[in-house]
Amino acid sequence: MNLSRTELRQVPTGGLDVERIRADFPILKLKVHGKPLVYVDNAASSQMPQAVLDRLIRYQTSQHSNIHRAVHYLSETATAEYEAARRKLAAFINAKEEREVVFTSGTTDAINLVAHGYGRKFIGAGDEIVLTTLEHHANIVPWQMVAEEKGARIRVVPVNDRGELILEEYLKLLGPRTRIVGVGHVSNALGTINPVREMIAAAHERGIPVLVDGAQAAPHMQLDMQALDCDFYAFSGHKMFGPTGIGVLYGKAAWLEKMQPFKGGGDMILSVTFEKTVYNVIPGKFEAGTPPIAAAIALGAAADYINSIGLSRIHAHETDLLDYATDRVNRLPGVRIIGTAEQKAAVLSFVVEGVHPHDVGTLLNEEGIAVRTGHHCAQPIMQRFGIPATSRASFAFYNTHAEVDALVAGIRKVQKTLG
Amino acid sequence: MADSKQLYQEVILDHNRKPRNWGVLADATHRAEGHNPLCGDHLTLTVRLRNEAVDAVNFQGESCAICKASASMMTVAVKGKSRDDTERLVREFRDLATGKLDAAGPHHLGRLTVFAGVSDLPTRVKCAILPWHTLHAALNDEASTTTEAEADPMQAQVIGGAG
Repeated sequence: MNLSRTELRQVPTGGLDVERIRADFPILKLKVHGKPLVYVDNAASSQMPQAVLDRLIRYQTSQHSNIHRAVHYLSETATAEYEAARRKLAAFINAKEEREVVFTSGTTDAINLVAHGYGRKFIGAGDEIVLTTLEHHANIVPWQMVAEEKGARIRVVPVNDRGELILEEYLKLLGPRTRIVGVGHVSNALGTINPVREMIAAAHERGIPVLVDGAQAAPHMQLDMQALDCDFYAFSGHKMFGPTGIGVLYGKAAWLEKMQPFKGGGDMILSVTFEKTVYNVIPGKFEAGTPPIAAAIALGAAADYINSIGLSRIHAHETDLLDYATDRVNRLPGVRIIGTAEQKAAVLSFVVEGVHPHDVGTLLNEEGIAVRTGHHCAQPIMQRFGIPATSRASFAFYNTHAEVDALVAGIRKVQKTLG
Repeated sequence: MADSKQLYQEVILDHNRKPRNWGVLADATHRAEGHNPLCGDHLTLTVRLRNEAVDAVNFQGESCAICKASASMMTVAVKGKSRDDTERLVREFRDLATGKLDAAGPHHLGRLTVFAGVSDLPTRVKCAILPWHTLHAALNDEASTTTEAEADPMQAQVIGGAG
């Protein structure tokens, strides 16, 4: 199709040795239905490299105890490792201060924390919350709950036919009653990369804080909280090669200090009497109870692993994969790609004419290919495109051109079977 | 496709391509809408009951191949059956799809046992069962049914998902 794409394909993809990287991921050696696993459901959850698995085991076999409590050796070791993980994550996203990194159970938990801690305190009747059509339900429902409770209103930024936010409409929605903007950095359903930096700047001109749902961005692009200047940024461990049950809420210290705690319990207090409880300083104020210590430490190891490969090389490889897959799928008659934004992460959402996505998913599974089918927890954007669901292939740095070829062959087989 | 556990067997593909009893009965005595909000499957089922037996049954809608084939084969299977025999088939099919009924044991399902394979695919069970739920709802004068309903015995089989 396009010369530059062909040339790009012949370059050893940004210097990434994919075969060597694949050897780091034991699960990629699996066979499913007798076929080599083709795992292209990374936007739902990515796989863990051996280094992260080893870190989990090392922690549990020689470092585990509860943190921030006892004076004994294991408790001190666990505390030091947990806080070291926080430091790694703070560096990973270039936060100004470590205390701006709050460990949560994931992106959903992080957004709920802001909806509660900021929303319930600063949003009132008649106020407005600006979200976008592209949002994952995790960045819709918590705000609806606040809006319903407070009598606030949700305003929604529309998208164009390519699945890009219409910025002029966004600017019109920002008003004197807007109390917060919630926007996904990368759309999980379509892959659109939103112009969050411009959106944040525009909101800040009007004194409005911005929460960015970064679940789909963290594993794929260099994050820089200070350059981005967002007020909140949420992401999940299990989408960036770490374990489930751990995630991060980045929040500017000034906001975190003003916010009310989300959960009450141990570790989030300085002193408790039945008359009065004094809350801990941040980030402890938001980490009630025993956190997923092992998962947090393993997430630190995942950040190390990503850094060892380098996000610029990851980005180059994934862009190449997306271009290749887009080109191949576009050549298939009867297959339509949903989401054709100029700026896209390595997510390919598609519909096969006359075939329901669930049939596509089940038949691809018989070929050992793991895609996500359904509404991707993003029903508003599905409604925008007038479809109930899509099939979605989402790539990571360990995916190959051969896997894209297998996916394309799989789609052709689906068409042959159900056509 | 020799494996009996294989879901997309020829008979299913055939009913998907050429659904039987497709349409809406003008003189239906019973009618229900079946809806699966998770995947968008939607079907309208119309039944003409005469002397407590299924005299005619039609379906129409938008759905995946498994749901459509299940609906098509269901209409063929229940046509002419008494209300009681139809309800028994609904129960047996539900048990088959959820792995509670052994296809080799005694039952009245006949060729419908091709759907035994869905019991290995929890996310697809609801696709196969939706037409049967809808038939049950129609016969019991419930206007609509959904595989997500709270009282739904299949609820444990309905799997949502993240991201």
